[in-house]
Amino acid sequence: MRKLALSDELLLSVEKPARYIGGEINEVIKDASRVDIRFCMCFPDVYEIGMSHLGIQILYDMFNRRDDIWCERVYSPWTDMDRLLREKQIPLFTLESQTPVKDMDFLGITIQYEMCYTNILQILDLSQIPLFAADRGEDCPIVIGGGPCTYNPEPIAEFFDMFYIGEGETVYYELMDLYKKIREEGGSRKDFLEQAAALPGIYIPAFYDVEYNEDGTLKSMAPNNPHAPARVVKQLVVDMRDTFYPEKPLVPFLKATQDRVVLEIQRGCIRGCRFCQAGMVYRPVRERDIEDLKQYAVKILENTGHDEISLSSLSSSDYTHLKELVYFLIEKFRQKDVNISLPSLRIDAFSLDVMSRVQDVKKSSLTFAPEAGSQRMRDVINKGLTEEVILEGAAEAFKGGWNKVKLYFMLGLPTETKEDMEGIAALANEVARVYYEVVPKEKRQGRVQVTSSTSFFIPKPFTPLQWASMFTKEQYLEKARTVNEAMKSQLNHKSLRYNWHEADVSVLEGVLARGDRRVSRGILDAYRRGCLFDSWSECFDNEKWMEAFAAQGIDVAFYNLRERSLEEVFPWDFIDTGVTKEFLKREWKRAMEGVVTPNCRAKCQGCGVRKFGGGVCFEGQS
Amino acid sequence: MKVRVKFKKTGIMKFIGHLDVMRYFQKVNRRAGVDIAYSGGFSPHQIMSFASPLGLGLTSEGEYLDMEILSTDTSDHMVKRMNETMAEGMEIVSFLLLPETAKPAMSVVAAADYLISQKEASAVTLPDGWQKTVESFLAQDVIPVLKKTKKNEKQIDIRPMVYQWELRDEGLFVKLSSGSAENLKPELLLEALYQYAGKEYPPYSLDICRLELYAGGEAEGEQPLIPLEAFGKKIEAPIPREVKEDMP
Repeated sequence: MRKLALSDELLLSVEKPARYIGGEINEVIKDASRVDIRFCMCFPDVYEIGMSHLGIQILYDMFNRRDDIWCERVYSPWTDMDRLLREKQIPLFTLESQTPVKDMDFLGITIQYEMCYTNILQILDLSQIPLFAADRGEDCPIVIGGGPCTYNPEPIAEFFDMFYIGEGETVYYELMDLYKKIREEGGSRKDFLEQAAALPGIYIPAFYDVEYNEDGTLKSMAPNNPHAPARVVKQLVVDMRDTFYPEKPLVPFLKATQDRVVLEIQRGCIRGCRFCQAGMVYRPVRERDIEDLKQYAVKILENTGHDEISLSSLSSSDYTHLKELVYFLIEKFRQKDVNISLPSLRIDAFSLDVMSRVQDVKKSSLTFAPEAGSQRMRDVINKGLTEEVILEGAAEAFKGGWNKVKLYFMLGLPTETKEDMEGIAALANEVARVYYEVVPKEKRQGRVQVTSSTSFFIPKPFTPLQWASMFTKEQYLEKARTVNEAMKSQLNHKSLRYNWHEADVSVLEGVLARGDRRVSRGILDAYRRGCLFDSWSECFDNEKWMEAFAAQGIDVAFYNLRERSLEEVFPWDFIDTGVTKEFLKREWKRAMEGVVTPNCRAKCQGCGVRKFGGGVCFEGQS
Repeated sequence: MKVRVKFKKTGIMKFIGHLDVMRYFQKVNRRAGVDIAYSGGFSPHQIMSFASPLGLGLTSEGEYLDMEILSTDTSDHMVKRMNETMAEGMEIVSFLLLPETAKPAMSVVAAADYLISQKEASAVTLPDGWQKTVESFLAQDVIPVLKKTKKNEKQIDIRPMVYQWELRDEGLFVKLSSGSAENLKPELLLEALYQYAGKEYPPYSLDICRLELYAGGEAEGEQPLIPLEAFGKKIEAPIPREVKEDMP
């Protein structure tokens, strides 16, 4: 039986000790003396969140397919365990072998959202690994970051030895081979980093010098080491048939946030919404093979025992074989009592038919994401959903028995006016009106319920809206008030509900999203003041963050409120995502003019990703 | 048909709570292809029930769960199939057919055996001569304890709930009243014991292993206690699904 790192008394004194014991179904255990590389994969949030992440499952499977690598896992210890580990000075350990993380060769951290940055410091700190890459010695693991936030790694650059920019399936094996080779040759940490810098997609922050202009903007960012390239090119899988899929994913004992089989059907998105980072950086669209997906579904359900399967991708309705796949899943698994959990789909006859088969219509609700309240505003962000389409979809759904609708919007978009904000309430009201219009009185099951939610728009790197200014907390709350007032004055106001997102988190996320290297001091200071689990409302402490920023001279207005010129050099410009800055500028200008841009299948806009030689850019040309 | 499954929960599985054990078995059944019956409705669930939830931190050699199934392989094969997809620390001991008239395990549990022993490599050790303390403690006619419920606390005598006890080389063996009528948790007994010795029981400082669960009479002596496993019968040949006549 495996020995645990912690005693029974310690484990039983914290909430959910199962977070720290490993031993899950499909866990990989190897003989540590017979592997060359020990890799610890980390999701810097609590276990139940981290275990729900498909990316880690893919990489865990990919690494462990190799006999010479043992990939293990670690997640953020919750605050109760955090206190214990500090008090007893117990180094953070991996779940599989319960070995200190600091004894690993690599610590790979997936960075999915900005609000986990203090948790990254917690992981390093509890592992007893120096927080700054510059302070790490030959014995320390190589700390490597990956995931969406690495499209602007600068605010956390100094905490990492390297970043892997792009999809993990492509260069990791090469990187591991290189590590083995350098070690066999007796090379140093620096030797490894230098040679790794030459691999595509690998970014070593220490090999770049950053200079600033007097106004605080970036002057230049240039390699200080001959091995480092001027630009780091995003890595991606060109042919999705030619990749890994974990057929035996881990099955946690605790109920994970996603307690189901997740089937990734495609990567990328053809839509080109101008606010969406994923839609830009994951270009081009690459679909998975339908027959592969059917096989994965069958095998993974067998290997996990899950009773639910969900499809994952951006804009799932655009997957060419969606109908075939969904009907296959329903026919194959419904009688086996497997739930089919649908992604948000364009509301049409097909999706309504599917939904009525897999959900309880009376209990489930219909979701639309118009993102903005007026057509003008939707044209600015290039969200091709029209009021007509929403109302037609809603009408069909109401006839089919649904009476709950959820609408998602953003506030604080560039060029937004009072009319655009009030348009949110007006649209919600229209949806409610349609219900009373199409459902005769005797068939109504009480009142229709239209719930609108707004979040505050945060400009993200590598999007056409990356030049946009943000607002202050007070301005955001004023915007939410405007919507709230407008809701109350609608004819069907009794059927409308409205929620808005916290404003101070959005302000902070804005700084972290478009920050530069200097922001790292603020993150460290906030962590030292006790900030942790910032994405958890019960833990988030805005005051501490603002104190930390003030103490470190980090001006929120500089990052959020300033007008950025088209000529400005951005901290993330050194990354080549394939989408050119010229294209983004073109799209920004079109946004300001309120001109929409057709999707990738309708007409190629020459964004630049064609150079990768695959995906939607080459559809029908083979 | 109903089956009764006996399993062990040892090692690190002591950290898996009762609700998670239920979810765990739902997945085991799917992985092992147990032909379990489902309730109807939009969110159907597997028809199974556990004899008695085991507290977090305890291990067990004798846990039980009853299931409604539609077809089955032999007992030996079912045990093997389920064990092929077990997590370390969980082990199926038996898979037995229950007579149709059998009451659910949950409703008949009357007693449980526990072995209380010192943890390996623990800072907390039992004081010298603890056996003597246990002897004099259990020799009392009445052992009053304050039992706290959500609403209030009341004084109860737990001595009658200790059916049997024995000092063994490995530790203290006790047979305690268990189930819906009268339930004595071993932790409560330990608290009383420590209090008797003028000390406070440090929670989770001792290993507590449930050895067996019994059905039987309401009080000691009324009816013999029968291990829950004894109600089932070994399945020697596969039983297919019942074929229902199609309605005209």
